[in-house]
Amino acid sequence: MDAFSQLLQLLFAGLTVGSIYALIALGFVLTYNVTGILNLAQGEFAMLGALIAVSLVASGIPYGLALVGAIAAVSLIGGLFERLALAPARGASTATYLLITIGFSFAMRGLAIFVWGTQPYALPPFTSDRSFSLLGAVIQTQSLWAVALSVLAFGALEGAFNRTYAGKAMQACVINPVAARLVGIDPKRMALYTLAASAGLGALAGVTVAPISGASYGMGLMLGLKAFVAAVIGGLTNAPAAIAGAYLIGITEALVEGYLSSSYKDAVSFLFLLIILLYRPTGLFARAEGKRV
Amino acid sequence: MASRRWTIAVAVFGLVAIPFIFTDNNYVLSLMILIGLFGLMATGLLLLMGYAGQVSLGHAAFFGLGAYTSAYLTTRLGWSPAAALLIGIVVSLAVAFVIGLAALRLREHYLALATLGFGVIMYTIFKNAKAITGGLDGFFGVPPFSIGSFVFADERASYALVWGAVVLGLWFAANVLHSRAGRAIRALHDSEFAAEALGVNVFRAKLDVFLLSAAYASVAGSLYAHYVGFINPQLFDLVTSITLVAMVIIGGNRAIIGGVLGAGVYVVLGEGLKAVVPKLIPTAGGEFELLFFGLLIIVIMIFKPEGLTGFRWPTALRPGREAR
Repeated sequence: MDAFSQLLQLLFAGLTVGSIYALIALGFVLTYNVTGILNLAQGEFAMLGALIAVSLVASGIPYGLALVGAIAAVSLIGGLFERLALAPARGASTATYLLITIGFSFAMRGLAIFVWGTQPYALPPFTSDRSFSLLGAVIQTQSLWAVALSVLAFGALEGAFNRTYAGKAMQACVINPVAARLVGIDPKRMALYTLAASAGLGALAGVTVAPISGASYGMGLMLGLKAFVAAVIGGLTNAPAAIAGAYLIGITEALVEGYLSSSYKDAVSFLFLLIILLYRPTGLFARAEGKRV
Repeated sequence: MASRRWTIAVAVFGLVAIPFIFTDNNYVLSLMILIGLFGLMATGLLLLMGYAGQVSLGHAAFFGLGAYTSAYLTTRLGWSPAAALLIGIVVSLAVAFVIGLAALRLREHYLALATLGFGVIMYTIFKNAKAITGGLDGFFGVPPFSIGSFVFADERASYALVWGAVVLGLWFAANVLHSRAGRAIRALHDSEFAAEALGVNVFRAKLDVFLLSAAYASVAGSLYAHYVGFINPQLFDLVTSITLVAMVIIGGNRAIIGGVLGAGVYVVLGEGLKAVVPKLIPTAGGEFELLFFGLLIIVIMIFKPEGLTGFRWPTALRPGREAR
């Protein structure tokens, strides 16, 4: 393989991983915007989605239905998480919420070990397991799905936000929760919807990545943290910027892995995190410097 | 006041008695040593989290810095363990100073995020700096701790060493909280703005307590390396950092003993679950106990943010309340 094909290969691998990060990061930004909660358990939704899909497929349910079922189940878990763990702590500090989501992340990992054990599982790809070559680079069909879904999910989210009543109501909660409540919007219900939707996005990421890199109880932690780095790069509140951030770290990781060593790829993403936090706390793409310190 | 002295006297007497009660039971002593080591780290983190209100998700990095510094200096360069431990503290303080200088200007959750990134980066360094750390294979053959010609070789000596350090650490922490710097640190917890308005140098206070907590973790790391004799990067990863946070949450911040208490509950509960649950559910393996600790964290954060030390203890059992 010549140098150009190798670069192309790495770029596409990065784009694929970046798409997965983007889906999870979207959920992250959504939750943060509506509820002000930093959900460090976002990656566990991907893990749950992937493993539930594996189990549903294994139990003989038609493939497409199994994927949809897994995403719906995880949305339900997200909703329950909001009702049972976040809602009762309403009014707590940012740190308290952060710690609750860490607790939830622990709990889901432990639960997954009980249900699925520690071994990895495989999930068949969405359409075909064939790959094709483009200018010397080999590209899997599933990678195309990943990229397409990340773009589609963003589009759907934008549409839902701007064109549906629930979406407008959520936006109102972001802009001014008190005023939203005055015009009859229930921020508590919006928080519930938001967590369910974020969990669904995470699960979608999980079922998309499982055919590429497998599914196991521990996959959620790093996926979630990387997505979270992406969200920070995007300034935490800006969905398109978070997606750009996700592609940025996905591609950087792929390049580091390809040209240097895979053992440095995690460190590079978190180096990004530190640099952004220290120099651009409002995100890489922020127009105006806000005050976050 | 009198009852507090009694509590401390009873606690110290209990600590001294344990190795004489369990003379031929090394398991109990090794658990106690583990509790002591985690407790020491948790005490440092308690100062940071429970009293100054700052969350660190990367404290395992300082644990690792202490452990690797001690391991390297004693094994490769033939230094005495006590000197290596001090150098470990210096290294950890230096690193904490650089990180703190940058990250502590950020507020609330941004510090948590920055330390999280720092922790992952340090873990990667431990994994890849093979010449010093031995990489993923780990670092073998760290000698037991010694002072002069006295070697803390067996379980009982290690127990005395570790718990001596814990008692010293608790005493120091309690005194710090009573000092001028300690009052500044405690003022941060409720409101940084109010603290600032009262003339507290908020940044300086945060940096002080961050450095102090790093030193506690470093000492625990050094003692761990000498006690176990083997260390590998996995010990110092994100899960360890979060585990420490969990210990502090469980113990709570109503008394300085909270960190040790949390470490005790975590270790004992973890051992208990590992012994019992696989018998009931044969498929349970790996770190399944995370389920219980995760739920415990959530329940405590919602219903009892002050943790175990927040309960109304019978006067005789009350963990010294002086710290609040």
